Amino acid sequence: MKLLVAVKRVIDFNVKPRVKADGSGVDLANVKMSMNPFDEIAVEEAIRLKEKGVATEIVAVSIGPAKAQETLRTALAMGADRAILIQTDDELEPLAVAKLLAKVAEEEQPGMVILGKQAIDDDSNQTGQMLAALLGWPQGTFASKVEIAGDKVDVTREVDGGLETVKLNMPAVVTTDLRLNEPRYASLPNIMKAKSKPLAQKTPADYGVDTVPRLTIVRVTEPAKRQAGVKVGSVDELIGKLKALGVTA
Amino acid sequence: MKTLVLVEHEGGKVRDATLAAVTAASKLGEVHLLVAGEGVDGVAQAAAKIAGVGKVHVADDAAYGHGLAENVAPLAAGLMADHDAFLAPATTTGKNIAPRVAALLDVMQISEILSVEGEDSFTRPIYAGNAIATVKSSDAKKVITVRGTAFEKAAAEGGSGTIEKVAATGDKGISSYVGAELSKSERPELTSAKIIVSGGRAFGSSEQFHSLLDPLADKLKAGVGASRAAVDAGYAPNDYQVGQTGKIVAPEIYIAIGISGAIQHLAGMKDSKVIVAINKDEDAPIFQVADVGLVGDLFKIVPELTEKL
Repeated sequence: MKLLVAVKRVIDFNVKPRVKADGSGVDLANVKMSMNPFDEIAVEEAIRLKEKGVATEIVAVSIGPAKAQETLRTALAMGADRAILIQTDDELEPLAVAKLLAKVAEEEQPGMVILGKQAIDDDSNQTGQMLAALLGWPQGTFASKVEIAGDKVDVTREVDGGLETVKLNMPAVVTTDLRLNEPRYASLPNIMKAKSKPLAQKTPADYGVDTVPRLTIVRVTEPAKRQAGVKVGSVDELIGKLKALGVTA
Repeated sequence: MKTLVLVEHEGGKVRDATLAAVTAASKLGEVHLLVAGEGVDGVAQAAAKIAGVGKVHVADDAAYGHGLAENVAPLAAGLMADHDAFLAPATTTGKNIAPRVAALLDVMQISEILSVEGEDSFTRPIYAGNAIATVKSSDAKKVITVRGTAFEKAAAEGGSGTIEKVAATGDKGISSYVGAELSKSERPELTSAKIIVSGGRAFGSSEQFHSLLDPLADKLKAGVGASRAAVDAGYAPNDYQVGQTGKIVAPEIYIAIGISGAIQHLAGMKDSKVIVAINKDEDAPIFQVADVGLVGDLFKIVPELTEKL
């Protein structure tokens, strides 16, 4: 079985984003960029399924600027077998991304597509669900456990009340949550090896997908800032403050 | 404009998150509801009483019994022929279903709106809430998820909606529900708790997390939350997690104990009315957002606080 994993190049999770003074967006010039953390989990899960002998090939896909090649090389260094870059300098919305991924899935015929549940830049949390809808496949979102048995997969999902398990027919779409696994670091030899793994370059036009955005960003602003308050010196003082706020035990 | 709001329900009751979505929908126009489930007469009747509600569309069928997105999304998408906007609470249920509806309608969803600025303009948080985007949608129909803490809850009583049965769209037969392990707790739910006490990795173990935090929470009748680090370390279950990708909370008082304050955590709680921080590191970023801070050892402070309150 082939697995498709989608990865996105985003601002590194340790960097505090700064809003541009002109309100047009977030300043990404000279900012450290990395693979979206949830997508790293997706790559790791695919590799584990291959190591278990359930999967035979892992194809990593990214849609983004030329530099998204680095993100794909990271996926290859972790253990993906080959990569596809759909290159565009436009910021594509989840709907357009899902349409492109659906085309890739139709071409590649994977048994499962694994993606992060959300990207930490636009925080949309949509692409996986949209992809599943477009393909008519079932979806296992916010996964904390993935178990394949025959032509079905049991996905345990992190939901507001705790955990829920669903059984999906394959092919299926799975989106990852934090507890699914801990992604490995690529070793130096694997990073070297990844440089010679195949990476195909495409464009959205190759797939005939209309990627015109549906949403216009009117402006981007900083949220209201909280002011740091006071520090108290003892539990008694803290209780005094809490009582003044109307807290009664 | 006619809106259709997905009613989130559990154990025969309408969940609170629905009420905030109703308020958001009422800013766009007429509010209709969709109740999908199995044996949901009671839910439908309760939903009809929500203030300001018009029609309540009820689809009662085994296919909707566990809210599987594969079955609910086509139902909702079908009803959108007569509606202009679909809204769902930005809960794990809403987030699972709404994008599937959006894709079926060929609409780009607007996630986790914070405000309605006009019939096609909304604000929403991006970059873990470090930036707020105002977006304008050019789609003829809108699909929206609503951040519960950003809108007042509509009154659960006082409405007189009319219940209308809708035909089920059947079971797609591609997914099924296996089971759930839901946290059982007498404590208030995080997203509606007035007070939350929340613990971080500094607790050191699951035993210490619970033996120290639970009595304090009991005394304050508070909900218990946790940082991602505490959940990853296994001190607390996943549904305790507050943050960018966990729960977004905005209680009257949020007491962060042994939580350093990573931006991903702040994203989930910085709209709390009052933030109290207890941390042994006086330079911890949490103090930059805390209204009241106490520097010290939580293993001493928490028992003392619990005893003296």
